[in-house]
Amino acid sequence: MARINLDHIRHAYGPNPTKPSDYSLKEVHHEWNDGGAYALLGPSGCGKTTLLNIISGLLQPSEGKILFDGKDVTNLSTQERNIAQVFQFPVIYDTMTVYDNLAFPLRNRRVPETEVDRRVTEILEMIGLSDRAKKKAQGLTADQKQKISLGRGLVRSDVSAILFDEPLTVIDPHMKWVLRSQLKRLHKQFGFTMVYVTHDQTEALTFADKVVVMYDGEIVQIGTPAELFEKPKHTFVGYFIGSPGMNVLPAKIDGSSVDLDGQTLALSFAPKFAAGAKTELGIRPEFVRLGREGMPVTISKVEDIGRQKIVRASFANRPIAIVVHEDGEIPAEPKITFDPAAINIYADSWRVGGEA
Amino acid sequence: MEKTWNNKAWFMVLPVLVLVAFSAVIPLMTVVNYSVQDTFGNNEFFWAGTDWFIQVLQSDRFWDALQRNLLFSGIILAIEIPLGILIALNMPKKGLGVPVCLVLMSLPLLIPWNVVGTIWQVFGRVDIGLLGYTLAAIGIPYNYVNNVLDAWITLIVMDVWHWTSLVVLLCYAGLVSIPDAYYQAAKIDGASRWAVFRYIQLPKMKRVLLIAFLLRFMDSFMIYTEPFVITGGGPGNATTFLSIDLVKTAIGQFDLGPAAALSLIYFLIILLLSWIFYTVMTNSDAQS
Repeated sequence: MARINLDHIRHAYGPNPTKPSDYSLKEVHHEWNDGGAYALLGPSGCGKTTLLNIISGLLQPSEGKILFDGKDVTNLSTQERNIAQVFQFPVIYDTMTVYDNLAFPLRNRRVPETEVDRRVTEILEMIGLSDRAKKKAQGLTADQKQKISLGRGLVRSDVSAILFDEPLTVIDPHMKWVLRSQLKRLHKQFGFTMVYVTHDQTEALTFADKVVVMYDGEIVQIGTPAELFEKPKHTFVGYFIGSPGMNVLPAKIDGSSVDLDGQTLALSFAPKFAAGAKTELGIRPEFVRLGREGMPVTISKVEDIGRQKIVRASFANRPIAIVVHEDGEIPAEPKITFDPAAINIYADSWRVGGEA
Repeated sequence: MEKTWNNKAWFMVLPVLVLVAFSAVIPLMTVVNYSVQDTFGNNEFFWAGTDWFIQVLQSDRFWDALQRNLLFSGIILAIEIPLGILIALNMPKKGLGVPVCLVLMSLPLLIPWNVVGTIWQVFGRVDIGLLGYTLAAIGIPYNYVNNVLDAWITLIVMDVWHWTSLVVLLCYAGLVSIPDAYYQAAKIDGASRWAVFRYIQLPKMKRVLLIAFLLRFMDSFMIYTEPFVITGGGPGNATTFLSIDLVKTAIGQFDLGPAAALSLIYFLIILLLSWIFYTVMTNSDAQS
C-alpha cells in the first residue's frame, strides 16, 4: 500500500512533442492517497489508460516523476513497483489450470506454497470458481476468464496499489454489481489503494470515494460523486455525469444578471471572469422546475423512464431537458424556472462562481 | 430440423471430382496397377500379386534407405524447429527491421531445389568451392564426395539454410498475433522471460508449430533433388534416401513393379507418420 504522487506528468506517444496537441496526456499533477478508492472517468481516448500504464510502469512518461510514498519510482520496472493491474480484456494462461493461473503471480515471487494455497483458495471462493480450480482455464467463458484476470490482480496481499482498466466491460450486468460490491468490500477490508478506470459513470460513482474526471488528456475535476453532480467544474463534467447531462445554455452576463437569448434571470452572485470569455449557464435537468410560471418553453417529447419523466423541450431556441416526477403534471402552456442554488456559470467552459 | 435431400447438389461437386480423379486418383491407380503385375516389355503384363511388396519389404536396400530417411528427418526437425523458434523470438516486432527481416528470411525459400543443390555442390567443392577450399586451406579435411560424415553434414546444413526460414515465418506469424495485454499482464505478474515463453508464446504458437512440424517432416522425408545434385546418393549408398532409391529402381533399372510397390509403401509411411504426429500433437491439446 502506498501513497502515489504524480509530479507534473506529461506523455506523448510520438517522438519530439512540441505543441499541446502532441501530448496524449497533458500535465497531470496529483496525489493518490494511501488506501483511497479512485475512479478515473472519461470518454474513450481521453488518456485514462495511458495514465494507468504510467502508474504501473508499463509506460515511461515523456516528462515528470512518479513517487510511491515519496520514493521516486519513475525508472523502476513494473515488477519493482509491485503493482497489480487488471486489463480490459481477459488475459489468462491457457495451458494452466484455474488454480495455477491465480497462483502464478505468487509463485513468480517465491511465496511459500502454503501461503499460495491459502490466498488462492480465498480468491477462488470470492470469484465463485472454486469448483473449477483444477480445470484448464482454456475452456472457460469470457466472463469467467475475466474473473480469473481480476483474481490474479487481487491475489497478492502486499501490493502498492491495484489498478483496474475497465475490468468489467465483458462481464454481464448482474455479475458487474456483485463483483463491484466485492471489490468495495475488499477495499474496506484490506485498504488497498485502488484506481479504477471506466467510462461508465454509474460504475465510477458507486465504486469510488473520489472520482477523477479526465477529458482530452487532462484532469478536469476531482471530487466526490456529490460534488461532481452539484458543482461540475467544467461543462464537460456537467455533460458527462448525470443522465441526462447538464443543460448548458449560452448566456450573456452583466453583473449578476443573465441574458439567455431574450430571457433575463437574476443571479444571487456576480460571477467574475475575463472579459471576452464565452459565457454559459449550466443547470441540471433535475433542478429545472416545470410549471405555470416563469420562462416559456415548447415541449417536443416526453420520455417515461419509470419513476421519472424526461421532458425534452425547446427553450430560447435551445434544446433543454427537464426531469419531472412521474406524477408531475405537464401544463398546457408550460413555463420553467431554475432552482437558483443549482445554477452554475461557466466562462470558456470552466466554472466561475461568486463563492470561490 | 428436417434434412433436405437435394441430389442435384452432387452435380456441383462433379467438376472437382473429375479434376481430382485425373490429377491424383488415376495416376495413383496406375501405380497400384504396376505394383501387382510383372512385365518383360511389349506391353505384356503378368499377375504378380503381393510378390513385389514382399520383395521390397525383405530387401536390406529398403530398410537401409528408410533408416537414413528417418535419421535425416529426425536431425532436420531437431535443428530447424528450435532454431526457427529462436530466430522468430528475436525478430523485430515493429519498425523498418520487420520488412528487412521478412525479405531476408524469404529469400532461401524462393530458390528452386536443384539450384539450392547446385549452389551447395559448388560451394563445398574442395578444388573451387568457397567453403571447401577455405576449409582445406585452414587444414580441416573436408570432402563430401568421399567422406560419409561430410556428405551428411553438407546436406543437413544445406537443408537448415534452405528451410529454417519457413519455420521462422510461421512462428513469427504466431507471435505477432499475441495481443500486447498478455505481455503487460506477464510483467505485472512478475513472470520471467522463460515463463513468458513457456506460458504465453509457446501455447500461442502451438498451431503454427504443428503445421511447421508436419511440413518440415513431409518435405525432409521426401527429399530428393538436393542429395541427387550434390552427392548422387553417395559416397557409396550413404545418402541414398528412399526417393533416390526409388528413381534408381524405376528409371535406372526400369523395374516398374518393385518401383511401384516401393512408391506405395513410401507413400503409406509418410501418411502414417504424419497421421501419428498430428494425432499425438492435437491430442495433447484436447486433454488439456
